[in-house]
Amino acid sequence: MDKIWTLLAKEARDGFRNRWVVMITLVMTGLALTLSLLGSAPTGSTSVNPLAVTVVSLSSLSIFFIPLIALLLAYDSVVGEAERGTLTLLLVHPVRRTQVIIGKFLGHGFLLSVAILIGYGVAGLTIALTNETGFAEQQWGSFSRLLLSSVLLGAVFLAIGYMISAWVRERGMAAALAIGVWLLFVLLYDMGLLALLAADGDGALSGGLVKGLMLVNPTDSYRMFNLTGSQDTALLSGMAGLSADHRVADSSLLLIMGLWVVVPLTTACAIFNRRQL
Amino acid sequence: MTTEPNIKLTGVAKIYGTTPAVKAVDLAVAPGECLALVGHNGAGKSTLIKMVLGLVQPSSGEISVMGLDPQAPGFHALRKDIGFLPEQVLFQNNMTGRETLSFYARLKGAPLDSLDDLFHKVDLFAAADQRISTYSKGMRQRLGLAQALIGSPKLLILDEPTSGLDPVSRQNVYGIINAAKRDGATVLISSHALTELDARIDRVAILSRGDLVALGRIADLRRNIGLASDVTLRAAPDVMAKLAQHFDGVYSPDHFINGTAILPCAPDQKVDFLRELVDLNLELSDIVVHDPSLEEVFMAYSRGAGGEKSHG
Repeated sequence: MDKIWTLLAKEARDGFRNRWVVMITLVMTGLALTLSLLGSAPTGSTSVNPLAVTVVSLSSLSIFFIPLIALLLAYDSVVGEAERGTLTLLLVHPVRRTQVIIGKFLGHGFLLSVAILIGYGVAGLTIALTNETGFAEQQWGSFSRLLLSSVLLGAVFLAIGYMISAWVRERGMAAALAIGVWLLFVLLYDMGLLALLAADGDGALSGGLVKGLMLVNPTDSYRMFNLTGSQDTALLSGMAGLSADHRVADSSLLLIMGLWVVVPLTTACAIFNRRQL
Repeated sequence: MTTEPNIKLTGVAKIYGTTPAVKAVDLAVAPGECLALVGHNGAGKSTLIKMVLGLVQPSSGEISVMGLDPQAPGFHALRKDIGFLPEQVLFQNNMTGRETLSFYARLKGAPLDSLDDLFHKVDLFAAADQRISTYSKGMRQRLGLAQALIGSPKLLILDEPTSGLDPVSRQNVYGIINAAKRDGATVLISSHALTELDARIDRVAILSRGDLVALGRIADLRRNIGLASDVTLRAAPDVMAKLAQHFDGVYSPDHFINGTAILPCAPDQKVDFLRELVDLNLELSDIVVHDPSLEEVFMAYSRGAGGEKSHG
């Protein structure tokens, strides 16, 4: 356990030392603030809770941004150390390969969480404090769900990034695959689904199948989790029309994302354990 | 001191795909002994080291390191007693030397208060708290060496320990190796710097294309392969002419054309040959006897044929 802690602490220190955390936190805060302030402008004096608007805006931002920075952080984790020669050195020490993966993953997860919590937290607090709606009446529930699920979304793509990094031999290859994974999950998958729906004019596909296909993608699970999280967010995002039987239980959505962390991370450990140095 | 070797290889081979990297190597290194692995790039040195470290699984044969197969589950616990300096290691620039060593010491479970001693040993104490980005190439190499020494290892494996070091630091490295040997550690080094190894190691293992072509003390290898020593004479032209006359039939006259004659001489005839020279009572300005260096021994073994330089 203390080996994992040592590895975690080193990754975390690296992240602060090379100003990665500072940069990403600033970018996240900037984007989140911009989106939140712009997003809250058109609501004017409607009855919609302003923090709910923020949650809807930020979850759209997250889907693009969090997988990208998670993959950027993770793709280098194993293959980068292999190229610098520190991996061989590390593995000569009394530390198991699984511990290496877990320790680094937790360290990176910590860095990402810090960036998300500060970035989104600042945006959320700004909106809540500058608004007429009372501080306590804000939708803190939805906002906490956003923070929690964003960290989970980050963990999903860290885990996928680790799988890539443990598998390939060259950094360039890892970077290319990471970009590919990002494109696939964030853009291409949903476009494919849309195309499928458009082609299926006579409605041969059952609603259940389409929903199932959609939720297999962790970014869609994340979207669903945040947009249907409350009356307000559902209303704002056009999800309010979903009939009750098309809703998916929060626990199922979290389970899907959880599996997307555990399975790739376990696979990364298995691949790394068989990697020849 | 026990006679049980710390490293023992029996018929160890490694094949990558269809390319053999190491072919059936038998080797044993005892505690307190220093063995140098010598060979061209791609001769199999790194693969051999990685197999000893348990990073690469041999295709066939048996390895025992400190009494255990490096692939065995229990080997994990022995790793704290291994010190390793990789051939090329780029430590993180944004960490200080001390932070770097602390990280590895924690992984080994070694006490952090031993680090000051290590910094002193490799002459880096003053720079210990500076970032590695400010280090010179030699300082980085010495930091790597200090890293290998964490936890007083019983097995010290150094891949090119003196690369990038100035002569004083090199001397220091061999001092450190000797100290480790005195403490009963087994030292395995791999090196290209053949000339400087000569006097400082117990035995050499010469690898050529995955084959262990020679193993033993340098002096023995020299004798076995029958490499001649060179005797260099300097003298005025008239003296040279007399020498040519005297050695007519032994050395061709071509040897004596210039003011310098380089005469090959078998190691066991060296003393007799010198006595003969002195007895001639000629006006020689200089005599230099040059024994074949490790480099020449190595070259001869890797050509796979010895004795090309012979008397005459």
